[in-house]
Amino acid sequence: MDIVSAIAVLAGIALVAGLALTLAARTLQRDADDVVERINAELPQTQCAQCGFPGCRPYAEAIAQGDVDINRCPPGGDATIAALARLLDRDIIALDASLPPPAPPGVAIIDEERCIGCARCLPACPVDAIVGAHQFMHTVVEDLCTGCELCIAPCPVDCLEMVATDDNAERAA
Amino acid sequence: MTSAPTENLHRLPGGLRLPGFKAQSATGEIREVPIPGTLILPVRQHAGSAAQPIVAVGDRVMRGQPIARAEGDFSASVHASSSGTVVAIESRAIPAREVSEAVCIIIETDGADTPWDGLAPITNPLAATPDALLEAIGKAGIVGLGGAAFPTLAKLRHAVDAGVDTLILNGVECEPYISCDDALMRNQAVEILFGTRIMLTALGLRQCAIGIESDKPEAWAAFTEAASIEGDDRVQLVAIPTVYPSGGEDQLVYLLTGREVPSGGFPSDVGALVHNVGTAAAVADLALTGTPLISRIVTVTGEGIANPGNYRVRLGIPIADVAACAGGYTEHAKRLIMGGPMTGVALTDDALPVTKACNCLIATGPAVRTSFEPERPCIRCGECARICPVRLQPQQLLRAHRYGAGDTLDGLGLIDCIECGCCDLVCPSHIPLTQSFRDAKLARRIDVYERERAERARERFERRQEREQARADAQAAETERLKQGANPNAIAEILARKRGTPGGDED
Amino acid sequence: MRFEPALSPYLRPETGVGAVMREVSLALLPAAVIYFFFFGFGILFNIALCIAACVGFEALALKLRGLPVATTLSDCSAILTGVLLAFALPTYLPVWVTITACGAAVLLAKHVYGGIGFNPFNPAMLGYAFVLIAFPVAMSSWLPPAIGDLDYVRPSVLERLTYLFTGGWPAGLELDAITRATPLDLVRTAARDQLMLEELRSASPMFGDFGGRGWEWIGNFIALGGGWLLYRGIIRWHIPVAVLAGMLIPATLDSVITGGASGGPGFHLFSGATLLGAFFIATDPVSAATSPRGRLIYGFGIGFIAWVIRKWGGYPDGIAFAVLLMNAAVPLIDHFTAPRILGRER
Repeated sequence: MDIVSAIAVLAGIALVAGLALTLAARTLQRDADDVVERINAELPQTQCAQCGFPGCRPYAEAIAQGDVDINRCPPGGDATIAALARLLDRDIIALDASLPPPAPPGVAIIDEERCIGCARCLPACPVDAIVGAHQFMHTVVEDLCTGCELCIAPCPVDCLEMVATDDNAERAA
Repeated sequence: MTSAPTENLHRLPGGLRLPGFKAQSATGEIREVPIPGTLILPVRQHAGSAAQPIVAVGDRVMRGQPIARAEGDFSASVHASSSGTVVAIESRAIPAREVSEAVCIIIETDGADTPWDGLAPITNPLAATPDALLEAIGKAGIVGLGGAAFPTLAKLRHAVDAGVDTLILNGVECEPYISCDDALMRNQAVEILFGTRIMLTALGLRQCAIGIESDKPEAWAAFTEAASIEGDDRVQLVAIPTVYPSGGEDQLVYLLTGREVPSGGFPSDVGALVHNVGTAAAVADLALTGTPLISRIVTVTGEGIANPGNYRVRLGIPIADVAACAGGYTEHAKRLIMGGPMTGVALTDDALPVTKACNCLIATGPAVRTSFEPERPCIRCGECARICPVRLQPQQLLRAHRYGAGDTLDGLGLIDCIECGCCDLVCPSHIPLTQSFRDAKLARRIDVYERERAERARERFERRQEREQARADAQAAETERLKQGANPNAIAEILARKRGTPGGDED
Repeated sequence: MRFEPALSPYLRPETGVGAVMREVSLALLPAAVIYFFFFGFGILFNIALCIAACVGFEALALKLRGLPVATTLSDCSAILTGVLLAFALPTYLPVWVTITACGAAVLLAKHVYGGIGFNPFNPAMLGYAFVLIAFPVAMSSWLPPAIGDLDYVRPSVLERLTYLFTGGWPAGLELDAITRATPLDLVRTAARDQLMLEELRSASPMFGDFGGRGWEWIGNFIALGGGWLLYRGIIRWHIPVAVLAGMLIPATLDSVITGGASGGPGFHLFSGATLLGAFFIATDPVSAATSPRGRLIYGFGIGFIAWVIRKWGGYPDGIAFAVLLMNAAVPLIDHFTAPRILGRER
């Protein structure tokens, strides 16, 4: 008899606690936008689309939805994965093997001898860091360039190339 | 001139009584280092941006002739320290912590040491206007001679703008081994007082304190004697207790005035202007003879030096020549430190030149650690916090730095760390705390910089998205409007109209 | 000429963890001699056994964790833990209890959290509390001091050793016959029976001038060792002063209010582990608060809680539990007592 009552009491506690937790999870759910913002804040904002989303924010939204893993950001590398893992309380995992390995930080530069002023690279830049117009030479505003490499492919004369930036240490100093 | 009672001093938190090691060099004598065959003059001997060379290879230059002009507001000119020919202008290694290379102007000396004819003493210096004085100081390339080499012009300008009320002359020289300011004060107290009076008059200040560490009685006596020649009611001598780091700029301001220099600020933010005694002497020299900053006093000492002492060294003389003049190295010379044993920079090569920042050269002796002992975990003894002169808690900073809580470092006062090195000396676990904080500061700067960049990229990306969305919306609306506005019978109507036109059939 | 690279500052630190731990251990040496004088060889046996067990457990833990054994052992922290445990435990204790205490101190309190520097709780006190709960009877068996006029059955060395290693006792003798209630026990009992302290004092030959006979002399020498550590700058005054204040202020008030029915400040100061706790245990830097103000709060908390436990709690002495409780509060204390940085508002 004792055993029965014990089981009954425990089951009752489990039931009540389960209900309370479910209720809490429903009502206390964090504002979805807030989560997206916080995830986005950890992403490097390179806007390179290597994750398969058209920019950092869309990727952040997808992570918040739970559609995609946190290991799809090559520019952020291990540091970003670690930061996201901490933020979302997940395990730290390796960068997705199908993605290119993290490259050293760099910026695009335009070889002004070769540029023909076709303006095809302008719309490719996610942060409007290339200035220029049809029939005028283009140039990359180095300070704004995120190094996403999206401008490389559209160029018909291959006049864009990536150069490694100086040590950020010196730039930050 | 009066001397202030020491009990009026404010009490600095923390600090250490360090062994002095000063006796070997502090003889009061200042010897001259002969002019070598080659002078190496970096265009960046100061804190701030590099000066621009204004001479070309092959040019003949005279002693005191400007060879590089200050670039921007935070810079200092460089002058030839002896006469000769410019043989190269090239990037070379320089003795400094942050940057390892800079453009150097190499001069092959002619031995004649001919002065430049453009040297201009300040006329009637004790009545000079602030503008005239600032201009002359700027042209002379004078920087703080205490080791930080902060451009004096920038400091004075900031002081004028901020409206300071107190001039403080720093004769504390609290780091072990160094005695160059002591030697200067013993020998040139008159000049220091003269330079002080020039600055006081030009800036319209009514009070000045000369802080002298209590272990320098000879310097104190020299000032008392000099007061009969260059005495001034506005100037007060103050004995500073021999506690490291009383000679730090912010620390000295606090000791003398009780004012706390705000986090990230300058002494001028609390109405104080601090100059090294050497800087005042350089101003006096400029006023009297028109000589720009082309030499400084350097303490050459340590177990690794045969004849330790103080030397007047022209800027650009290779350290090896200075060491040779001091009797050369002994078998103890394993390490070469520029500056003091607490904050100095270890140099790996003595071919580097003496610069404006070089107040002391130490070839290491036995009191200087020869290797880092194995580090143990922090046992939270709190001694580092007890002796920290800015009341930081190094043990907490270390934990935040090592265990990746970078964002809490700001709240713990990382940027307030003056890197004095006291915490290293009391740490029973032998943790290189100061170096950790230097690393942490750099990491933090990079982190903040990268976050700013990312933030800007995010904003630009989002604005671009909005713009493209707006464009797409507008296009869709236009298509819709055309669709809506279009009459399905339009073509038929046009055809009908055509048919109905007279003469249309004739076509 | 080329020179070695290096990073400032270049002056050598004069202290070291090993030197500090050794000096703290040695500061208990005079007290150990007096302890031996009054209570026989038990303390020396305990010190040797505790040091051996603590160092052994430490070596084992380091080996299992893949850390360098010899260099880490040279920090001497295991030796100090052993010495402190030897002073905290009864000298008349079966070896397995002693070894269990050492194991709990080194493995459970220290290495589970990452070794020296990372332990939130004082290892010696955790080890002590562990065996106090696990072996309550053995842990409350204290020998009376060997003073001429005290009338009790003195076991021979062989009998004592037999007990230490087997827990067995020769026929005809009982443990109760040779151990005595300590003054702290007596005061607790007296309080229950509404006895005045003075009556108790005159009734029991166990009382000395302030605390227990013999014990108060050990206390004196522990304080002497503490004074040496203060003089040498190895411990700072905040914690010892605060611990004593936290205990003696309420004890004084209590003694005045009850008109002498409870233990006064002198009694509390020289009884139990008050002085050992104030100078040697609460001052363990790893598990203590770090700022001066924090240390005052931390120490006062220990003294006060220990007094509360002595007066109303279920144990005769409360230093160990008080230390452990305040250890748990250290992160909070540290958070709220960080000093104001020079040049900042707060």
